[in-house]
Amino acid sequence: MSQEYVMGNGAIALGALAAGVNLASGYPGTPSSEIIETISKYPHEGVHVEWSVNEKAALEVAAAAAYAGARTLVTMKQVGLNVAADPLMSLAYVGVKGGMVIVSADDPGPISSQTEQDTRAFAEFARIPVFDPTSPEEAYQMIQDAFEYSEKYETPVLFRPTTRVCHAYASIDVPDSYAAKAFEGFVKDSSKWVIFPRLSFANHKKIEARNIEIGKDFSDYARNTCNGAASKKAVFASGVSYAYAEEFLRNHPEVQLVKIATPHPFPEEFVLRALAGASEIICLEELSPYIENQLYRLIGMHHLPVKVYGKRSGHVPVAGENTADGIAAILADFLDLTYENPCMDLSDAPALPVRPPVLCAGCPHRASFYAVKKAMKGQKAYFCGDIGCYTLGNAMPLDMVDTCLCMGAGITMAQGFHWVDPGAQTFAFVGDSTFFASGMTGVVNALYNDADMTLCVLDNSTTAMTGHQPHPGTGKNMMGDIVEKVDIVKVLSGMGVKKILVVNPFDLDQAVSAVKECAAQKGVKAIIFKSPCVAITKPAGKACISGHCINCQKCIREIGCPALVIEDGKVAIDASLCTGCGLCSQICPAGAIETTDSGKKGGSAS
Amino acid sequence: MNQDILLCGVGGQGTVLASKLIAAAAMAEGNTVHSAETIGMAQRGGSVISHIRIGDAASSPLIPYGHADILIAFEPAEAVRNLAYLKQDGLVIVNSVPVRPTTESLHPTGYDGAQMIAYLQQKCNCITVDANELCAPLGSSKFFNVAVLGVLAKSGRLEISANTLLGEIRKRVPEKFIESNVKAFEMGGSYTCS
Repeated sequence: MSQEYVMGNGAIALGALAAGVNLASGYPGTPSSEIIETISKYPHEGVHVEWSVNEKAALEVAAAAAYAGARTLVTMKQVGLNVAADPLMSLAYVGVKGGMVIVSADDPGPISSQTEQDTRAFAEFARIPVFDPTSPEEAYQMIQDAFEYSEKYETPVLFRPTTRVCHAYASIDVPDSYAAKAFEGFVKDSSKWVIFPRLSFANHKKIEARNIEIGKDFSDYARNTCNGAASKKAVFASGVSYAYAEEFLRNHPEVQLVKIATPHPFPEEFVLRALAGASEIICLEELSPYIENQLYRLIGMHHLPVKVYGKRSGHVPVAGENTADGIAAILADFLDLTYENPCMDLSDAPALPVRPPVLCAGCPHRASFYAVKKAMKGQKAYFCGDIGCYTLGNAMPLDMVDTCLCMGAGITMAQGFHWVDPGAQTFAFVGDSTFFASGMTGVVNALYNDADMTLCVLDNSTTAMTGHQPHPGTGKNMMGDIVEKVDIVKVLSGMGVKKILVVNPFDLDQAVSAVKECAAQKGVKAIIFKSPCVAITKPAGKACISGHCINCQKCIREIGCPALVIEDGKVAIDASLCTGCGLCSQICPAGAIETTDSGKKGGSAS
Repeated sequence: MNQDILLCGVGGQGTVLASKLIAAAAMAEGNTVHSAETIGMAQRGGSVISHIRIGDAASSPLIPYGHADILIAFEPAEAVRNLAYLKQDGLVIVNSVPVRPTTESLHPTGYDGAQMIAYLQQKCNCITVDANELCAPLGSSKFFNVAVLGVLAKSGRLEISANTLLGEIRKRVPEKFIESNVKAFEMGGSYTCS
């Protein structure tokens, strides 16, 4: 045994390794990405780890392994679960042989997500169990329990940490080495592994009965806990909200604090025991009022004289994250205690600058967006964005993202705009990783339905936003193997895209002419803007401003690079940020910005 | 011991390394530590914070408002933005060099950090450090994240010894940067604070 100080995601990974996981698959997404990365750092016999091309693929790869009796871990963020929903809903009916834990990290706030959806509700919808850890320490233990329950009931189970568990650090005791679990292998049985309506009907009945059993089992699960004496006013909490409540209630042992670690199937007998003697309860949870709804149902079924406070009563915020202070204030109000926020009075503080996230200095996406903007100046055009760093192309002065919906949607939405406004140019911007994850079918859709659109693949050879994970186009995988790169040009060409141009976005003239050339043609056209992510490449050089500067500030007004600043009323280059990409040099009407070294980098034109 | 320390700054300033070193040093002295970092989109030039909670009094990784013993701010406005976390008698260590938001070039507001520093000095116990001045002999203000730990150790408020911090710097910084980081730490310790 040794002690390790790890991030919650690391604790989840180490817990899965301690449970003898045989296969781990996932798709990157904040706040879940570090789980697969941690597993890949502990290579050992009998473990396969992969970044799959998307969440659906990850779950399906794991499903077959689980049919064979292997223990499998599948990781994603909450919106990734939507992508994996199709296999998940069916797999819930078929079941598994080896333990399968699907980690779907929720993101209250949301801090880095499109939605505030709740994986606990998804578990109920899919009729499978879900585990909800309150801390990294608990996550490490709980994921091992989750594998046991999964195998015991032959069902996939969900495990849903939130951002504050995933990205919190704590020390845990871990074994010195890990061993993958031995398993039987796949035993063919088409009456079990092939889903048909008759099997679904039969299994649906079994699942409903089984979930009642799991609810009873969970009533004795040691991580559903009840602190303090039975009291008239009791507190129910889950996830990190429980940690906030526990800290506040340390000096109030007279108040009962109940933790729900397994929200579905609801541990009814445990909760009924906890409700004995209570007349008023409050539910502290983030996202959906999930536990609250279960309590209303249970209290109604048993005609209990208990009043429930929470999101539905307006006592707990319905959206956003809970905070330690927010929970303290809510509990003080509920328990008639006095609570004074101990922070100093800051009502006289000066106005603070806002800091919206921006594309990095030297980011090739800036150059790509600018080339399209310049080429389309004066023309009616729609610019459909997608999920990744390049969503930040929406910021002024670029203002080049008209829509952003979900992974891959930009490509198909560009087609929708074409059909309702055929006179306009339509562009879809997609990153290389997103292209592989969910962009390719959209391109086929455009070809098949004969839409006019220009696809702009912003190829920076990495998955930048989530922390630079490899993908099929990079030639590396999570087993450490060097593999054949999947070539985006060949993929598009194989699909039937006739016009494909590859340009270096930092060669502005060439990039602008490529856009104009594509826009002038009908059909599906593609431009690959190829240049590596600046966060993982050495700077090409530095820009500097010569005496010719007429201080027109066109560079600042046009491209919004963080390295272009105004000092003493004049344009200056922040040398600590500048990468020498050379874009500003090409924009300057006075030729006053010189870039040392090559000044241009990235892929070559073809 | 129980101590809550908040680090804040702008994405890319190196707050994460500083917080990891403090956490590691606290653990090396036998304390329980919880911490939390900002990860994701905010790292692209947005406001970032790291919470460090040392001792058994903490259950959650996030410091409640009014509980931080020490606030280490890598940027003046970020210090003010997070001042609500500080205890009434807490200590602020702040870099006086401002990071202007990118939007400042496009829509100037004249932000230069001076008003923030004045507010902090009037409001609380505050050590102001000019990172450019402190790090000038090292050739890059990027060493501020370790130099500020020297200032912290010197302040006498941190309940971890300077030697333990130094030991963790030697252990956790990439080999070719050890000497410059040790120097940064020592320069922080001998910086004459304003």
